[in-house]
Amino acid sequence: MSTIFDCRGDERIDGLFPELDVPARRVEGLIDRQLVRTQPVRFPNLSEPQVARHYTALSKLNYGIDDGLYPLGSCTMKYNPKVNEDVACLPGFTGLHPRSDGVRSQGALQLLFELTGFLRGIAGMADVSLQPVAGAHGEMTGMYLFRKYFEMRGDTKRKRILLPDTAHGTNPASAAMAGFTVTEIPSDASGRIDLGALEGELDDTVAGTMLTVPNTLGIFEESILQVTEKVHAAGGLCYFDGANLNSFLGKARPGDMGADVFHFNLHKTMSTPHGGGGPGAGPIAVSDVLTDYLPVPRVLCKDGQYELDWNHPDSVGSVHSFYGNFLVAVKAFAYILQLGDEGLRAVSENAVLNANYLQERLKKTYPLPYDELCKHEFVLSGKGLADGVSTLDIAKRLIDYGVHPPTIYFPLTVREALMIEPTETEGKETLDRFADILETIAVEASEDPQLLHDAPRNAPVRRLDQTQAAKKPVLKYPFDETPLA
Amino acid sequence: MRYIPNTLTDRREMLSSIGVSSIEELFADIPAEVKDRFRPLGIAGRSELEVASILGSMANRNKLADAVCFLGGGIYDHYVPSIVGNLVSRSEFLTAYTPYQPEISQGTLTAMFEFQTYVCELTGMEISNASMYDGATALAEAVLMAERIRKKGVVAVSRPLFAQLRRVVDTYCWASEIDVHEIPYAPDGTTDLDSLPEDVSAVVIQTPNAFGVIQPLAGIKDRIGDALLIVSCHPLSLGILQPPGAFGADIVVAEGQPLGLPMGYGGPLLGLFATRKEYMRQMPGRVAGRTVDVDGKTGYAMAVQTREQHIRRQRATSNICTNSALCALAATIYLASTGAAGLQQVAELNLEKAHYLADGIASIEGYELTFSGAFFNEFVVSVPGDAAVVHDRLVEAGFAVEAPDGLRSLGVENAFRLAVTEKRTKEELDQLIAALGGVR
Repeated sequence: MSTIFDCRGDERIDGLFPELDVPARRVEGLIDRQLVRTQPVRFPNLSEPQVARHYTALSKLNYGIDDGLYPLGSCTMKYNPKVNEDVACLPGFTGLHPRSDGVRSQGALQLLFELTGFLRGIAGMADVSLQPVAGAHGEMTGMYLFRKYFEMRGDTKRKRILLPDTAHGTNPASAAMAGFTVTEIPSDASGRIDLGALEGELDDTVAGTMLTVPNTLGIFEESILQVTEKVHAAGGLCYFDGANLNSFLGKARPGDMGADVFHFNLHKTMSTPHGGGGPGAGPIAVSDVLTDYLPVPRVLCKDGQYELDWNHPDSVGSVHSFYGNFLVAVKAFAYILQLGDEGLRAVSENAVLNANYLQERLKKTYPLPYDELCKHEFVLSGKGLADGVSTLDIAKRLIDYGVHPPTIYFPLTVREALMIEPTETEGKETLDRFADILETIAVEASEDPQLLHDAPRNAPVRRLDQTQAAKKPVLKYPFDETPLA
Repeated sequence: MRYIPNTLTDRREMLSSIGVSSIEELFADIPAEVKDRFRPLGIAGRSELEVASILGSMANRNKLADAVCFLGGGIYDHYVPSIVGNLVSRSEFLTAYTPYQPEISQGTLTAMFEFQTYVCELTGMEISNASMYDGATALAEAVLMAERIRKKGVVAVSRPLFAQLRRVVDTYCWASEIDVHEIPYAPDGTTDLDSLPEDVSAVVIQTPNAFGVIQPLAGIKDRIGDALLIVSCHPLSLGILQPPGAFGADIVVAEGQPLGLPMGYGGPLLGLFATRKEYMRQMPGRVAGRTVDVDGKTGYAMAVQTREQHIRRQRATSNICTNSALCALAATIYLASTGAAGLQQVAELNLEKAHYLADGIASIEGYELTFSGAFFNEFVVSVPGDAAVVHDRLVEAGFAVEAPDGLRSLGVENAFRLAVTEKRTKEELDQLIAALGGVR
């Protein structure tokens, strides 16, 4: 793949910026020579058509949600409504400086205030902060609130967070960023938290638990109320990872299950696009014992006027420059507004229907280690499909059929895991086609496994040597070497 | 609902093949007690047309049309070339996930590799990651990284840091039990180099700083022992300024918003993060690397992932997963569009216009530049009398100018900060000078 640095540039390209309209004093007249750059940057000076063609060509090497099914488990790759992009591009939003005075930013403040209200209602919890900008960022902020809560109570012993063995990798990493250590709780034979094991760990060194509901196997913790009661009774707090909210939106609320912190992934549940890895938004909802510690600023409404509210002396502080990812919030707000209660419920109903339909059909071909009702996703195993064929082979073969593979090798509790989340924005027709393909691949696996080992063949590149990338990393353009042929 | 393709017939067929008679049965595993407690929001759905119109009215309540923007402090009213928004809104970029399947993500991965190259060139550093959430979290993560390497339990931070940077650094440090020691500033607005502390994990300097003053970095590295030198900077200023890497910086971070991102009421933003090769395994965040496929063809994949949370869990260098990928793409396309020449040109426009305005204001009776240090596109002016009164007068006259409160916490009274970008015309600069009572 050629990069922008392989394009041949000119000595200079005019016309993007205007000529200087004030009397020139020149850099050397304004800044001490020792402060001025001596080594020019090696950026090619390119014409606009060159730039447009290069990035259009790059875009065609990507697979996006408009290309087809994107069944990445735990990622909720649903369709991103076009109107959301339009409203987030309104100049009244994009052109607003975060230090604008309150009078000039009433519309933005109102939107933040109203979205806060929506999310509070969806979570069924006491209050919400829109400041965290990613799921993991919400987790970390939640862990900060845990820390503050125990600090304020002078309870310094509580340094442990209990985590199910099915947890997302960000959970332990986020707990560590707040100074907690992690103790893993095993799952029972049905894939749920082992209540006995949980009880065995609950003591006065436990700050709380981080749970994913439903869990990363797509299974609802039927004993969720007992779990949260036990943790609370032991003096701990309950964090809920909201990655799987799409499975109970409009039907149940984490606040009613005993959550003390719940994070939203607006880029999952609320349909804002993932952008190839971000930006997202990870607002958190909290129970009433934690509201004082929420990040500042918050937004309040006084006599119909909206304002930023910095006056929370017990707040953990700020976790982002300003008010979170505002333009992402705009998209999520437009989405909730368009769906209304009925639409929100239809989301989870169809997401769960789609997942169960696919699970029912595919379990005839692929091992399903936890065979029961699933929520929005389920986990198959590629193990034992055929000798020498791995889940990676299956995933890469899917690419040849023009479909994005599911999440693979996660959760860690299932060997050769294929974690499939169809979302509500796929219809039966697409699901049937996907199942047909996976069934065909299963046949190929036993009849002609080389097809799988060699896959993908129809992609822009074939399997990449990721070991080399790890051992001798080339992390930037090698200007000093001969250009690639 | 417009975003759900299943028809009523589909749903019936699907329920029957699952072997249940109603959708409700699929939710039988949620405890009845929980379901009984459920309360809806109480809002009806709306058509796309209605939603577009509601959001349109809200956007219009942000009264921008009459304001000429002189706001800064980390986020600036820079020009975003049309090509940037146009290309990043291509759905193949916009709607893709993190490139965990590199064979069908070469677009995102190649752009990440280009972004890392641009950041290294700009900052004068050896390696860069593929982005952080924003400049503030990039700085906070830089501090955590320095602490992982040096383990002194204390970092020193130059006082004139943008308030949002300091707030986030303080919060992250509180949670990691790192003490934050403050380095005062000298009368010219630069960091007081005679007050550099000893035996800290890192020394954090911002340039241009919260007063807009450019910090000369020469010699600092030699005066801080084994502490890591962390520099936070304005990326466009690096079009003309010597990059921190040339002065031995260990970690360079920046708010990348000036590189083709809208102000967007402060988000999404873009954190730039660059460091030395020797610290590669300690760096937070994703990185793209160049490699080859089984046929020997060049391709890109995520690299050095053993630092990351999805592999290393609680021992990861950071918990960051979702980052600012699309913003990094925007910055990449911005720099591809400006090239070296355009970058230098836009940096010069900022510098020249800011100095024109500063000179004009300083020539007004009673007004003066608060600090004598060199500046780029932002500066602080001391005003005769009450700065709040002057500020209000400017706002009434149709200028967007920052309130003076922000500087008070840095010990500066009766002054406010003005930022000038390439978008400000001579006419607008003259109008501001005139509004302050000057004649030009």
